[in-house]
Amino acid sequence: MDLIIDRWFHILAGIVWIGLLYYFNFVQAVAMPKAKADNTAGAISKHIAPLALLWFRWAALVTWLTGAYYLERASHLGLANAFLLQGAAAKIGIGAWLGTIMLFNVWVLIWPNQKKVLGIVKADDATKAKAGRIAFLTSRTNTMLSIPMLFFMVAGPHGLPM
Amino acid sequence: MKNPLDSIVGTIVSGFVITLLLYVFARNFLGITG
Repeated sequence: MDLIIDRWFHILAGIVWIGLLYYFNFVQAVAMPKAKADNTAGAISKHIAPLALLWFRWAALVTWLTGAYYLERASHLGLANAFLLQGAAAKIGIGAWLGTIMLFNVWVLIWPNQKKVLGIVKADDATKAKAGRIAFLTSRTNTMLSIPMLFFMVAGPHGLPM
Repeated sequence: MKNPLDSIVGTIVSGFVITLLLYVFARNFLGITG
């Protein structure tokens, strides 16, 4: 794949991923307690959250794969150099580490716990409450990490001194 | 102590603090200047 096409898909998928992450944190998590209070939370849990999570987790994977492909194929960078924080790839390498941690959080912590919260996987109330807390804090962690991740992703290619 | 990640403001401020720490790390320990 041509690198400019790959980078285009990387940024498009990244917008979907981080856009939905911000939706979960800045909109849904804030609105949910109010929706529960007036018994309208069911529609969010049943129709909106599962669809948003579908796009969210697959966009995360596409973002990572297209990013890794770019680093490996771009002759001035290199995947290994990025993860070893070497040379010209060091700046974007910090972003790559943060993005990798965030991808791990999506697939290993957020999605399995959200399945319990949304009733996709059966769980008792205590397990659901615990799963909800883990998913919430992990999602907030990713929101926090997205700030330096974006800084280091764009620090390299635009020619500005850091 | 309250977890800063429980609030949106705390989450964003934490993100900026980590950005600053990583920036200092990159400039001083990775030799990134430009």
